[in-house]
Amino acid sequence: MRDIAVVSVAQHQEKALTHTTEVELMVPIINEARGAVGLTQDDIGFTCSGSSDFLAGQAFSFVHTLDAVGAVPPISESHVEMDGAWALYEAWVKLQIGGVDTALVYSYGKSSPGSLRDVLSTQLDPYYLGPLWPDAFSMAALQARIMLESGAVSEQRLAEIAVRSLNGAAGNPLAVRSSAEATVESALAEAPIADPLRPSDCAASADGGVAVVLAAGDRARELCERPAWIKGIDHRIDPHQPGVRDLTRAPSAEMAAAQAGASADRLDAAELAAPFTTQEHILELELGLGNGTAVNTSGGALAGHTMMAAGLMRIADAACQIHDEQADRVLGHAASGLYLQQNLVCVMEGE
Amino acid sequence: MSADPSISPAALSGEVSLPEKLADVEPVRSVRTPIRLEYDFIPGSASSGYLNAFADRKILGQQSPVDGAVFVPPRGVDPRHGAATPDYVELPDTGHVGGFCVTRLPIPGRDDLEIPYVSAWIHLDGADIGFLGLVAGIDTSEVRMGMRVRAVWKPDDELGRTAENILYWEPTGEPDIPVTAAGTNAWHAKQAAAGEPG
Repeated sequence: MRDIAVVSVAQHQEKALTHTTEVELMVPIINEARGAVGLTQDDIGFTCSGSSDFLAGQAFSFVHTLDAVGAVPPISESHVEMDGAWALYEAWVKLQIGGVDTALVYSYGKSSPGSLRDVLSTQLDPYYLGPLWPDAFSMAALQARIMLESGAVSEQRLAEIAVRSLNGAAGNPLAVRSSAEATVESALAEAPIADPLRPSDCAASADGGVAVVLAAGDRARELCERPAWIKGIDHRIDPHQPGVRDLTRAPSAEMAAAQAGASADRLDAAELAAPFTTQEHILELELGLGNGTAVNTSGGALAGHTMMAAGLMRIADAACQIHDEQADRVLGHAASGLYLQQNLVCVMEGE
Repeated sequence: MSADPSISPAALSGEVSLPEKLADVEPVRSVRTPIRLEYDFIPGSASSGYLNAFADRKILGQQSPVDGAVFVPPRGVDPRHGAATPDYVELPDTGHVGGFCVTRLPIPGRDDLEIPYVSAWIHLDGADIGFLGLVAGIDTSEVRMGMRVRAVWKPDDELGRTAENILYWEPTGEPDIPVTAAGTNAWHAKQAAAGEPG
């Protein structure tokens, strides 16, 4: 296996991009990520992106966004209709195969032009669930009810997770929802929006983008003072049909963490891409995160959920903690689909 | 490929057995799942500048900071270099046909279009790429690459913030541009003159 590291990250996130196209959003982000390590597109061996046409409301929208990369002369490029974390996985595989030493990975989401909770209904199967158009909050609330009634989690615990996000986000300029003053009492006092879920249980929707530069071996050491070495990365999937699943669990998250070697040593920090407090609770258990691990110091996806980019943003946030020498071993997580159907775990270490 | 022993051969044969009480029920052969999602399209910074200028009968492009190439319509980026293009340039409403096609099929929802019609890449004077326009005011058999054209605008009191302000492009009657220098050939010629690969 080759040693591969995250050597540079750049990201932007706000509540709604009302005067910026996806291309205009990504030009400065991609240039910042490449420029920070002195690279131009000519120096990049492979480029991979993640986004969804359902957010843009436009077929092949990702092809437009390649304008932000600079694809002349022609580049080696790929795209996944997934969170950018899966684009990072593809780039990691490409680097493992060899022949290239650097990769640019980016993803973005601008859900503000549409109604995200309705757009998400289109990921349901088209025969049984799709025609009912259940919105994303209602689907999550069904899971929350099962978790609360079965004792898998308490309202108190969900409020603690919400407050952890609100308080952590107070120090993160990219978060779109934060509060240094929020307490468990104030969270529990909120009126539910999809009973039993309260507003602070549901991720704050955001628009944004993120770019990451990967490099292999000595190239990574040249480019970055303290590369975030990817020690393990894996993604797994649970069944699509929610009726066949235990909704209080996410076996694919547990397996991805095991395959990525998450528990091999102490984790200083973990960044989780859970769109609901209920799912963040499940992830903490499935990933085996202990007391010594600082979870979502950025506020996590709850503090700003950029659909299609929230996972790559978590990996970027975790990698930054290695770059800045705040941590030695971190975990970045990404999720996709209904009820954490798909999970990706990326474990990174500094030298 | 060996068969999965957990699946009975009947299940793979395509035969479906139904409970007795459903024996005479018409089988479901298809399911219709209408999907409707609404979006508020946001033109973004570059396109907003372009569309707003149309209200004043102006056509705006943007200039590459790398080599000065002019793009119209502007999209906020030089796509060859991934470089932001913050500088607008005003372009004249004259240019030439860089390429065209004669269409004999109607477009649904465009009853105003007389068939056959000519769609063309219009290369504005001073622009380095073409954009799509309708050519009229000339017999379709006489349209040619390199033909000089000018915009025919809607009356001033009907102008809006839209590219629809230009009704079509008509011939100016000026001498043609040689085909070798028309359309994207113009860019290649310009690059060659500057000593760079086109």
